Parts: sequence; C-alpha cells; structure tokens
Amino acid sequence: MNYQSPQSVADALALLAADENSRVLAGGTDLLVRLRLGHIAPSTIVDIKQIDGMRAITQEAGGFRIGAAVTGAEMSEHSNLGEAWPGVVEATDLIGSTQVQGRATPVGNLCNAGPAADSVPALVAAGAMVRVEGPDGTRDVAAEDIPKGPGKTSLTQKELVTSIFLPARPANSADAYLRFIPRTEMDIAVVGCGVSLTLDDNGTIIEARVSLGAVAPKVLLVKEAAEAIIGTKLDDAALDRLALAASTAANPIDDKRGTVAFRKDVSGVLARRAAKIAYSRAKGDK
Amino acid sequence: MSHIHVKTTINGDAVEFLCQADETLLDVLRDRLDLTGSKEGCASGDCGACSVTLDGRLVCSCLMLGAEAEGSKIETIEGMAEGETLHPLQQAFLDHAALQCGVCTPGFLIAAKALLEKNPDPSEEETRYWLAGNLCRCTGYDKIIRAVLAAAKNMRETA
Repeated sequence: MNYQSPQSVADALALLAADENSRVLAGGTDLLVRLRLGHIAPSTIVDIKQIDGMRAITQEAGGFRIGAAVTGAEMSEHSNLGEAWPGVVEATDLIGSTQVQGRATPVGNLCNAGPAADSVPALVAAGAMVRVEGPDGTRDVAAEDIPKGPGKTSLTQKELVTSIFLPARPANSADAYLRFIPRTEMDIAVVGCGVSLTLDDNGTIIEARVSLGAVAPKVLLVKEAAEAIIGTKLDDAALDRLALAASTAANPIDDKRGTVAFRKDVSGVLARRAAKIAYSRAKGDK
Repeated sequence: MSHIHVKTTINGDAVEFLCQADETLLDVLRDRLDLTGSKEGCASGDCGACSVTLDGRLVCSCLMLGAEAEGSKIETIEGMAEGETLHPLQQAFLDHAALQCGVCTPGFLIAAKALLEKNPDPSEEETRYWLAGNLCRCTGYDKIIRAVLAAAKNMRETA
C-alpha cells in the first residue's frame, strides 16, 4: 500500500485516476477499520487533509461550506454553524465517541453509504449540496443522490467530494435530528429522522423537508411527510398525518436491532418528535 | 517497500520515525518507539485504550495511520507524569482504586485529561458522556468517574 498526501485537488484527482484501486482517506474512522478487517486492500491511499480548504468551514452566500475533512468536533465547536443548522450539528455529534468525533467527518459518513449513518438524514433534510470534483470537472449533487445502497455511492472511482454546502436560512427556520438506539450513547441508529422547517411570521409551516435513515437501503427523503405539515401550525392532526406518512414510507428490514413493524412505528414517532423540536426552534424558543 | 519518513513532536520531544503506509499511529508508538503505554484493545475505535491527543485533540491512535501524524504534536500517557510526580488524575486513580487490570487506564487518563483541559468543572453526566468511548471491563466505571471528578476538584482548587 502506498500513502499519498496531495496538496491540491488536481493532484488528488490525478492520483485517483492513476490507480483504480485507490481509496480516499479523510477522517479514517471507517477506512482504517475496513483495512484492518481485510474488507478492502487498496494499493493507494489518498489522504485529502493537506489540501487547502478541506479542513475549513467557510461562510458562503449566507450559508456554510464544510470541507470534506472537517470533523464532527469542529462542527460542534464552530461559533455559529449550530445556530443556523442545529439538526445537522446534533446528528453529526451523535456519531461514535469523543475520540471518533475528533477524526470522523460528515462527508465520510455520506460517502461510506451506510444506511444508518446519523449525519446523512440531517444533511438530506437540510437540502445540503455536495460538491464533487472529477476528471470531467465540478458538479454539485443533492446529498440524497450520493448514496445508492449499502456501501454504494453514485460517485465514480475517479471522483472526489471536496465539500458540502448548507444553504442560507430564511427567517424562522430550523432543523432537528433524532435517532432511536436501545442505549444512550455509542450505538448505531435503529431509526433516524431529520426534519427541516421554515415558518411564516404567523407560525405556519411554509417549507418542510423530512428524511428517514436506517429504514431502507439508503436514506429516504419523504415528500408525503413534508406535505402533511406544510400549511399547518403543526397541530395534532398534522402531526398524525406526518407520523403516518413517515411510517408508510419506511421500508426497513428485520434484524437484531429492530423488526420491520417496530422500525415503521418508530419512524412515525421520531418524525413527530423531531418536527416538534424543529418547529419550536424555528419559532425562536430556546 | 520503502518507508515513509515522518516528523512529529511527541510529549514535547522532536521525534522522527520511519513507517510503512499501513502502520497505524498505535503500531508506530508501540512497535517502533517503544511507547507501550497506549494499548490495542479493539483496533476499531470502540474501546479507547489507544487514546492519545493529536494537536490537542483526543483521538484513537488505532484509527489513524502513522503517516498521517506528519507535522503534528502528539501527547501519550508516557508524557503525563512529571518525572516522579504523578499528574493529579493519576494520583486520583490510585486514591480511588479506579483501576484493576489497568489495560484501559492509560486511555482513560488521556481522555480525562483532555476533558479537564476543555472543561475544568464537568458534571458527572458530562464526564460519563465524554468517557463513553473508553471501555473498562473491571471497575464498573463508578470509581473512574469519582476519580476524575475528584481530580478536577483538586486541580481547580490548586490552580
């Protein structure tokens, strides 16, 4: 195995293009485990952390651009990212231990394409756009279009995600993420749910995005759940419709962490709770 | 295969080493630099026995390559005591019997030190969450938490 630490995106792309069996290294908290287990045996590791901008959170067009090597800890510590996008920050902060937070990146979480990845439903609810660089130039892709299924992405081997963009927030906007695990920490989501809302000045929801994780081969953006609450003030009837839409959309498997019936039920419960938190935050309640 | 030449600062000393691309920082610390205080428990980032700080940030040394450490400042358990004088956390672990077999102890001490540098007055809940990535199969954690909170109090009072 050959280790490379390129200083520019162009150099990184050249390395990826030169070796079909190359792998990108950002935080390494998934990659090193898979290396050690022998699940992968790359001939080249391309460490992107030395590339300019990869470790930076920058304000852009009223939103935030998060470099591909920015860690969960750096997002939690940022002075105003959490104010604009509390759900994205709390979702990323749920991943692993303090030690893992110091290395693991939301971009890696997305590109690893695990169905239960905690940061991914929050990024999808947020409408995050993913910047992809490759031999054919630059493209911006919606976060929900990166994972294709367990361990599979829409990226080619010659492409590299360089950043994620979280757009500017209109007034009265907020997001939230909740997951169910059978303990309080250090576990993988049985169900995860992200909700992002924008309200008008009267508290009526005018925009909504609802996403579910761990209940399908990839993250789900549930349009029916969003439509169930748009135009409402999140009254009980709207919450019931939201929960039903989320439970209906969930398409989980039975496994040791939860049954199909349980996961479908919990999808509705979490959608309801996450929507209430996002709504309260959007109204400015602390 | 040729080696990678890496320049770091470990426990305040300039340290250069050669390593292979697939060696973790933990492999380098233990097998090349004879810093065997950091332990390998799980090699998957779950147990925290390999905890070190990298540029002040708590990390699992099993989850990074030695080559990634180029240019960075690393602190390990070997740098915690000052000569014969134990760090207040080390003394508190002894006073509270916060260890039995001791395999997890270096990781707990490094992680607890990182906590107290960030938050000198953590609550019990904050301490338990911060240390959730350090596993101990002997003590049941209670004595560890008590030791960390006692050391924090001691350090605040003597600061």
